[in-house]
Amino acid sequence: MSLLQGRDLSRSPWFDGLDLDLEQGEIVFLHGPTGSGKTLLLRALADLDPFDRGTVSLAGQPSQAHEPWEWRSRVLYVHQGAPRLAGTVQESLEAVFSLASQGGKSAPSPAPLDPTARVDRLSGGEAQGLALHRALWTSPSVLLLDEATSALDPSASTAIETELKAWVTDSDHPRAVLWVSHDEALARRAGTRRVAFP
Amino acid sequence: MTGPLELGAEELGLAALLVLGNAALSLAFRLGLARRLLLATVRSVAQLLLLGFALKWIFASGSPTVIVGVMVFMALLAGFEAVRRTSRRVRGLHAVAMGVMLVSSLAITIYGTQFVIGVEPWYEARYLIPILGMILGNTLNGISLGLETVLEGLDRDRDRIEVLLAHGATRAEASREVVRRAARMGMIPVINMLIAAGLISIPGMMTGQMLAGSDPLTAASYQIFILLCIAGGVAIGVGGVVLACPRLVFDERDRLRVERIRTLSG
Repeated sequence: MSLLQGRDLSRSPWFDGLDLDLEQGEIVFLHGPTGSGKTLLLRALADLDPFDRGTVSLAGQPSQAHEPWEWRSRVLYVHQGAPRLAGTVQESLEAVFSLASQGGKSAPSPAPLDPTARVDRLSGGEAQGLALHRALWTSPSVLLLDEATSALDPSASTAIETELKAWVTDSDHPRAVLWVSHDEALARRAGTRRVAFP
Repeated sequence: MTGPLELGAEELGLAALLVLGNAALSLAFRLGLARRLLLATVRSVAQLLLLGFALKWIFASGSPTVIVGVMVFMALLAGFEAVRRTSRRVRGLHAVAMGVMLVSSLAITIYGTQFVIGVEPWYEARYLIPILGMILGNTLNGISLGLETVLEGLDRDRDRIEVLLAHGATRAEASREVVRRAARMGMIPVINMLIAAGLISIPGMMTGQMLAGSDPLTAASYQIFILLCIAGGVAIGVGGVVLACPRLVFDERDRLRVERIRTLSG
């Protein structure tokens, strides 16, 4: 059984009757022209936008069987613009880790970032790195990455690729990544499979 | 204490000389205000006389049905007006504003007149209508500010709210900061009014009571009573709309649907 399965996914006018299977341990890259609806697909898989038609399930359980907050904490979307929560780096982590869905987990250290640095002063790459780590630390089952490393410098990008590969193959937890990126070299390095969209 | 000095047409005519004097000054200095000033004066005289006649009829009717009906109508109209003053709309906004206005203003008016001052009979329009009117005027401002701030916040903070939703926030958790900001904004005018009461000007109700022959301390007590009622009404009204409004913008799966917010041009 696929970890994340989509059947007959449709959202007019972008895609119609799309099927999708994401197996445990996979990092699947999705590529296609700009404006073809890739972001919309990821957002709808995370239940941040509705599909016109179709069903999505995680380990056989349909999304509608989960509370919205529960589904999103397990199928986690990371936005390409790395939107910043207010305040400092530490406060931005605490804003997420204080959510009831996180079950009282304490916010980890954001090293090497300064926890007292204001998030609105971070560079684009630092903000993306923080957003990615924040997502990883909350331990979802599926990560939906939307150009999530586009602002990272090569060394930071390599480091996060290594982290993601280790994270997705953790034998104790079934995990997978669906990654939208125009970077073909990145897809060859980090991906286990490439899928053309739509 | 003596009763109020009656004002007839002659006395009001003398007072109107002041506005005529202003109009003459405007003509002399070519300010272009004379026509607007005279029209505004005529309009205000007509509106207040109409209100006076309407209230006289309502007071004289002594019918609880008429009095309660008028109160409900006033509250619904105030809710409608609160939405009209905002620059953003979402489906269901009028129903929320009118419902919250009705509940908050009537609840406070009933509490104030029945449990605090003990009006007899309970539907005595001389107390109920003016007190409700003052609560409505202030609650209208608070609700209007609260609505504007909460809708603007949900629209502008979409990215931040969706980061929280994406990490497993409920609708209430994700919109909490926006709701708090809107509640604070909606309460600012009434807090400022409480701070300034009696310092910068003599409040309208107190002035009216003293002109009608009341003892200044009795007038001050009534003014304090009405200020507390207004503060209570505004708090319930603002709290109600800022908590209810996100329900109109999020869907049944707690998705933030900013496309439901329509911004009025101009």
